[in-house]
Amino acid sequence: MITTTPFHERLDQLNETGLWGHWSGYLSATRYCSSAKHEYFAVRNSAGFFDTSPLYKYRIVGRDAERLLAGVMTRDIRQCRPGKAQYTVWCDDRGFVLEDGVVFRHSQDEFLLTAAEPNLGYFSDLAGRLDVSLEDVTDELGMLAVQGPRSRAILAKIAPGVEELGYFEHTDAKIGTTPVTVSRTGYTGDLGFEIRVARDDALPVLDAVIAAGEGHGLRPFGEQALLMARIEAGLALIGVEFSSSRFAYTDHERVTPKELGFGWMLHGIDDETRPFIGRDAIRRELAEKTSRWATVGLLLDWADHDRVYVAAGLVPPKDETPVEDEFMLYDDAGARIGYTTSQMYSPVLQRHIAIARVRPDLAALGTRVDYELTINHEYQTIAAEVTRLPFFNPARKTA
Amino acid sequence: MATKSTSYDAIIVGGGHNGLVNGAYLAKAGLKVLVIERRHVVGGAAITEELRPGFHFTSFSYALSLLRPDIVHELDLVKHGFMPILMPSSFAPMENGDYLLLGQDRDENIREIMRHSPHDADAMDRYEYDVERVCQLVKPLLDKVPPNIFGKSAEDLAETADLVRHLRGVDQKVIHDLVRMLTGSAADFLDDYFESDILKGYIASSGIIGTKVGPMSQGSGLVLLYHSMGEHDGHFGAWSFHKGGNGGFTEVLARAAQSFGAEIMLNAPVSRVVTKEGRAVGVALEDGTELTARTVVSAVDPRRTFTELVEPRELPSDLVENIDRMKFQGTSAKVNFALDGAPRYPALGDRTDQYLGFVNIGPSMEYLERAFDDAKYGWYSQRPYIDCAIQSFVDPDMAPPGKHVMSCFVQYAPYHLKGSDWDTERERFADTVQGTLESFFPGFGDLVLQREVRTPLDIERTVGLTEGNIFAGEFFAPQMYFFRPAPGWSQYRTPIDGYYQCGSGTHPGGCVMGAPGKLASQQILRDLTADKAATG
Ligand SMILES: Cc1cc2nc3c(=O)[nH]c(=O)nc-3n(C[C@H](O)[C@H](O)[C@H](O)COP(=O)(O)OP(=O)(O)OC[C@H]3O[C@@H](n4cnc5c(N)ncnc54)[C@H](O)[C@@H]3O)c2cc1C
Repeated sequence: MITTTPFHERLDQLNETGLWGHWSGYLSATRYCSSAKHEYFAVRNSAGFFDTSPLYKYRIVGRDAERLLAGVMTRDIRQCRPGKAQYTVWCDDRGFVLEDGVVFRHSQDEFLLTAAEPNLGYFSDLAGRLDVSLEDVTDELGMLAVQGPRSRAILAKIAPGVEELGYFEHTDAKIGTTPVTVSRTGYTGDLGFEIRVARDDALPVLDAVIAAGEGHGLRPFGEQALLMARIEAGLALIGVEFSSSRFAYTDHERVTPKELGFGWMLHGIDDETRPFIGRDAIRRELAEKTSRWATVGLLLDWADHDRVYVAAGLVPPKDETPVEDEFMLYDDAGARIGYTTSQMYSPVLQRHIAIARVRPDLAALGTRVDYELTINHEYQTIAAEVTRLPFFNPARKTA
Repeated sequence: MATKSTSYDAIIVGGGHNGLVNGAYLAKAGLKVLVIERRHVVGGAAITEELRPGFHFTSFSYALSLLRPDIVHELDLVKHGFMPILMPSSFAPMENGDYLLLGQDRDENIREIMRHSPHDADAMDRYEYDVERVCQLVKPLLDKVPPNIFGKSAEDLAETADLVRHLRGVDQKVIHDLVRMLTGSAADFLDDYFESDILKGYIASSGIIGTKVGPMSQGSGLVLLYHSMGEHDGHFGAWSFHKGGNGGFTEVLARAAQSFGAEIMLNAPVSRVVTKEGRAVGVALEDGTELTARTVVSAVDPRRTFTELVEPRELPSDLVENIDRMKFQGTSAKVNFALDGAPRYPALGDRTDQYLGFVNIGPSMEYLERAFDDAKYGWYSQRPYIDCAIQSFVDPDMAPPGKHVMSCFVQYAPYHLKGSDWDTERERFADTVQGTLESFFPGFGDLVLQREVRTPLDIERTVGLTEGNIFAGEFFAPQMYFFRPAPGWSQYRTPIDGYYQCGSGTHPGGCVMGAPGKLASQQILRDLTADKAATG
C-alpha cells in the first residue's frame, strides 16, 4: 500500500492541486500549485523545498565499511573524508552502470548511502564476511532539499554554521533543539542543501524552514519542477538516461560510466591498490577507446527551430515540460549518429536543450547535428549544436 | 565623463533600451560605437531605482512581453543576466468584493470563468485562438523594415509586393479579424465572445494602455492587438517580470552592448546633431563638446529627432508638418508604493498568491470607459484604471523580507489638464489613486511607507518622452507601420544623410520590444555596405 513521508501532513496542506505521484511507494507531490514553472523559478530565483524522503537510505557501518564501498563504487571512497560526500555510480563486472547514488561519510567507519532503487540485498551479499553492517534507514529519516539562491540565507537563520558548508560537504547541526544533518547537496544544479532528520522530528524542522523562508520567496516544489531543474543541471536520471545493466536484455540498453559522461569519476582507475567491480572492463574500454557514445548537451538552433515551425504554419512551441524520451540525431549526410534522452525548453537559458548521446568523434563542443522530431505528422530535422553539460551552472552552486 | 575618443563610426543619442539594442548590433557588426545618455543611468523608460534602502522601484515601465526573442539570442543576453520570470497569476478585483483570478491551469481557469459566466467558459479559448491567428499574421511584420509603399525604386516595389504576398492566401476570417481589430474598438471585438463584465474589463484593459482611447473608442482594438503580440517564452500574450525589473533588463542590455565594444557615456545631454552639407557628421553636447561620427542615430522620440536635435528648416516641410501634428498626448502615470506588508483582499482572507502577476483594477468595460470620460474633458480619472504589480512577490530581491514594492500604472492622466497643471495636482492625483486602491484593499493606506508619483509631465521631464506619451507617439492607425513616425520616413532613415532614427516612435512602436533599435541597425548596416560598394 502506498505510504507517506514524515513531512506529508504539512505538505498535504500545502498542495493545492491534489496531484501526487508515487515514488518508491511514497506519495510525492507532482506540483503544489497550478504552475510547475512557478515552482521552478523559486529554485532558480529565490528558494524552494522538495521532499526527497522516498530515496532509499542505507547506513553502512563497520571497520570494513570503507573496504566494501571502495570495492564496489566506481569512485574512490577512500578519498572522501568524514564530512564529505560523493556522487558515484557502481557497475557490473563488464563495466556497465548498475546504479548511482550519493555516499555521505560520517566518520572513518560510518557511511550513509542514498539511492533511487532498493539495494540492501545487493550490498549485503557483496559484504560477505567483511566487518560491516548494512541497515535500511529509509523509513527512519525524513529528507528535505532546500534549493535555490536564497537557501543559504534561509538555513543560516535556523542552523547556524551551515553557511560555511562547501559543495558536497555535510555537518551535524541543530534546528531548534532537533539534531539534523545538513549537506550541501541536491538535484537542481543550484545552490542548495539537504536536511536529514529523524522521522518523528521531521514536521517541526519543516515548519522551522518554512518560517525562516517567510519573505524570501521560499515555496514547496514538486517533481515536475525538479525534473526541469535537473535537465538544466545535466544530471542523469535512472530510467531515463540509463537503466541498470542488471536488468538489460541487450547491450543497447547498457551504458558505461564513460559513455554516461562520467569520465571524471574514473581518474583513479589506474590505482592498483583499489580493484573495484568493473574496473578491468572500464580500463580496457578506455585503453582501446571502445566507448560507443559520449553524453553531451545539445542546444537547438533557435532560429532554425522557429523557422521550421513557422514554415509549417504553427506557433513555435516553447514548453518547459520535460520530455524524457528518445529523439534521433543525424549528421549532414543523414546518417544516424546518436539520440537524446531528455529535452525541454529552458526558461533560464531561453533555449531548447537536450541531454544526448552521440558518437564519440562528434562530441566536440560546437559540433552540428540534426535533431529529428515530427511536425504535422512528418519527420523534420532542426539544427542543434553540441555544448557542455551542465547547461546551467551558476557560480553560486559551488561558491 | 570622458570618452575614449572623439571620433566614432556611429553615435547613438539616447541610452533607452532601443538605443542600447541599436548600439549593440552596430558594435557587433564591427563599428566603433558610442551611446550617449543624458541621465546618470541607461534605460530611459525602463529603469529600476532604489528609492528607499532595499526597495527597488520600477519607476516607469514594469513588465516584459514584446521583447523580440531574436534579440535575446543575437545579443547573447542570457550570458549577461537576462532572466524573465514567470508571473503565474492574474488577479482582477471587482467592485462587489468578488474577483477573477486566473492562473496557469486552463481547466481551473475555465472553472473560475464559469463562476462569472457559464457562457464565457469556452469563449476564452476561442478568443485566444482567433487573436493568436491574427498575431501569427502580423508578427513577421514586426521583424521587418516596413516597405516604402510611396517609393518607386525597384527595391520599394519589391518590398511592397512582398507585403501583398504575405497577406495573400491568408484565411479570410483572419484578415477580417485583423481589420476589425485595427479599426474597431476593443469593446465591439470582445462583445462577440464574452458576456461577463469582469472578463471583458480584464481583457479590454490591454486595449487602453498608454493610449488616449476608451475601450469603446475605435482604435482601442489596435492597442489590444499590439499588447497581445508579446510572446514571453512563446506563450501567447504572456508577460514576465525581469529579474530586477525592467531596469534589470536594460542593465543586461548595456553589458551586452559593452561586450561587443560599444561605449556608453552617461550624464551627457546632446544638444544637437552636427550636419555639414546635408550630412550628419557628429553631435554636440550641451557642455560644448563635439564628437564626430559618420552615422548618428537618434534613439529619442520623433519630436526631438526632427525638431530639436536638428534644425527643422533643413527638413522637407511635409515631414515637419507631420511630426508637428503627430499625436503624443500622454495619458498614463505611475504611482509606486513601498509597502509595509501585503495588501489584504477581504474575499481572499490572508491569501497572497493572487499577487504573483498583474492586479488589474478595471472591473468592467464601463468602469474603464467612465475613467476615460474624465480624460476626454481634460481631467484625470476620479476612479482610475490601475494596473498593479507587487513585484516583490515574484522577485524577493525587490524589497526587504516581508515588505513590498507595488508598481501602479494609472489611467487616465492626460498631459494637458484643463484649468490646472500637474505640479499642482500631483499629490491630489496620487491620493485619488490611493483612495481607489483603498476601496478594493481596505487598510491599504496604513501599509504605505513611501509613494512615488510620476505624472505625464514627470515622464516627459525625466525620460524625455514628449508629453509623457509612453510609446513615443500614440498608437493610432495613421501613426503606425509605414506611417510611423511619418509617411515616407518609416525606414529609419531621415532626410539628412547619415542621420537615422531608432526610438519607439519608429516601427513597430513603443513597449520594451527592441525591434526599432534592431531594425534600424539593419538599415544602417545595409546603407553602409551600399555606400562602400558605390564608392568602391
Ligand atoms: C510609465 C511607463 C510605463 C510603461 N510600462 C511598460 C511596460 O510595462 N512594458 C513595456 O513593454 N513597455 C512599457 N512602457 C513603454 C516602454 O517603456 C517604452 O516604450 C520604451 O521603454 C521606450 O524605449 P526607447 O528606448 O525607445 O526610448 P526611451 O526609453 O524614452 O529612451 C530614450 C533615452 O534618451 C535619453 N535622451 C533624451 N534626450 C536626450 C539627449 N538630448 N541626449 C542624450 N540622451 C537623451 C533619455 O534620457 C532616455 O534615456 C512604459 C512606459 C512608461 C513611460
